Amino acid sequence: MSTLIPCPHCGDRPVQEFRYGSEAPASRPQTDSSIDPAPLSSLLYDSVNPKGLASEWWQHTAGCRLWFAIQRDTATDLIAETSA
Amino acid sequence: MSYSALSLLIHAFRGHRDWKPAWREPELKPAYDIVIIGGGGHGLATAFHLAQLGAGTIAVLEKGWLGGGNTGRNTAVIRANYLREESVRFHAHSMALWNELSSTLNFNVMFSPRGQIDLIRTWGKLRDLRRRAAIMERHGVEYDLISTRRIREMVPDLDLGTEGAIEPGFGGKRLPVLGGAWHPGAGVARHDAVAWGYARAADALGVDIIQNCEVTGFRRDGQRVTAIETTRGSISTSKVGVAVAGHAGVVAELAGFRLPVDTWPLVAFVSEPLKPFLHTCINCPATQIYVNQSDKGELVIGGGPDRYRSHAQKGDWETVENVTRSLIDLFPRLGRVKLLRQWAGMIDVAYDTSPILSRSPLDNLYLSVGWGSGGFKAIPAGGEAFAKLIVTGMPDELIAPFGLDRFQRGRPLFETASASARG
Repeated sequence: MSTLIPCPHCGDRPVQEFRYGSEAPASRPQTDSSIDPAPLSSLLYDSVNPKGLASEWWQHTAGCRLWFAIQRDTATDLIAETSA
Repeated sequence: MSYSALSLLIHAFRGHRDWKPAWREPELKPAYDIVIIGGGGHGLATAFHLAQLGAGTIAVLEKGWLGGGNTGRNTAVIRANYLREESVRFHAHSMALWNELSSTLNFNVMFSPRGQIDLIRTWGKLRDLRRRAAIMERHGVEYDLISTRRIREMVPDLDLGTEGAIEPGFGGKRLPVLGGAWHPGAGVARHDAVAWGYARAADALGVDIIQNCEVTGFRRDGQRVTAIETTRGSISTSKVGVAVAGHAGVVAELAGFRLPVDTWPLVAFVSEPLKPFLHTCINCPATQIYVNQSDKGELVIGGGPDRYRSHAQKGDWETVENVTRSLIDLFPRLGRVKLLRQWAGMIDVAYDTSPILSRSPLDNLYLSVGWGSGGFKAIPAGGEAFAKLIVTGMPDELIAPFGLDRFQRGRPLFETASASARG
């Protein structure tokens, strides 16, 4: 992992200040009266868990405490992009 | 050829010049009845049990070399002190198989049941371990709460942090050891030997073990896999068993479905060899460290997983620093000892930290994945159960709780007694 993560609010900060939250899921399936449990269960539990570019939520826990989105290559641990 | 004291003696007199390779290097055939993906402990054990059941022609495909993944990267601890009834029952059975494994395989896996002490440093952990001891008693696994005096007798080098304490929890170290739990059946084994022993035994029963053969895709007819594409050609097959670690999500993606599994690095490292001083495994959940001394004298040290998911196979230095700090806290006199090497295994952790030993969304593809930080100890029972699952298509009672459908049915098996448990 890079030793610095570019927080969209605070700029480059040491990785120890951050916390991995979760994978950024695809959009929530439409829920109406005819709810199919399979896609909802998949949204809750399943991961893309890619070996390559992953979209994740991280939190700047020891800084501004805001959540942000991060694009990260899990095969090399390099950060491609962060966005608020 | 069967290994024995006599065969060793005969080879010794011949100057050890004519040992034969322990398994063949067969050519990949175009078709097999069953293909197992993953040549680690679980894949090889599954192939061995399938061959014993007479399940037809079997191939094991391994991307790299045998036991080169998590089978060769773990800290080799074997134990059954879990939380869930279902996990305890499964791992108690696995421990019984470990005791017989060397003679089952005619290969010395160097299983050494030296016991494990779980150190209790918080009142919450004391309550947790009392609960686990009660569950384990129901399944015939010995697990006894012991005093700090007993711990001091067993491991005099441990700094329990009680010096200067008025009573447990007041004075002394911030988290003095309050007591422990003694798990006498736990132990360690030689991890390479486990992969090699199963490979040799499976090969003797006719299993084709194909190394340097990576799966690149599946050919499907509806919900059935008809053939597997590999870097060494296409193989048609009627059943597929997936026994991979660190790549469960990658293989599932190739097969066209997703799993409730994330991949995390789990760091381990060893010290330089020291004279024998640590005769049991020590586990300290409060400071996230477990340590045992190998037969060569090296301390084998592990901790919790890294703080973020990764497939990079290297692990975070921050974890090594934290775990080392915990080690010095327990054994202050190791402060000047050098570390020899450090590595990481990529562990596939399911949402509830329990394994997935199950049918899959495809009709003839079966899963033995998501073993997290605890796959090594589960190899004998996991291989046996997975072979039965592949042959019958139905999970037996022992593994029924580990089905993939447990999430959608609202029956997840949250397991806290593992290094990869969610905090």
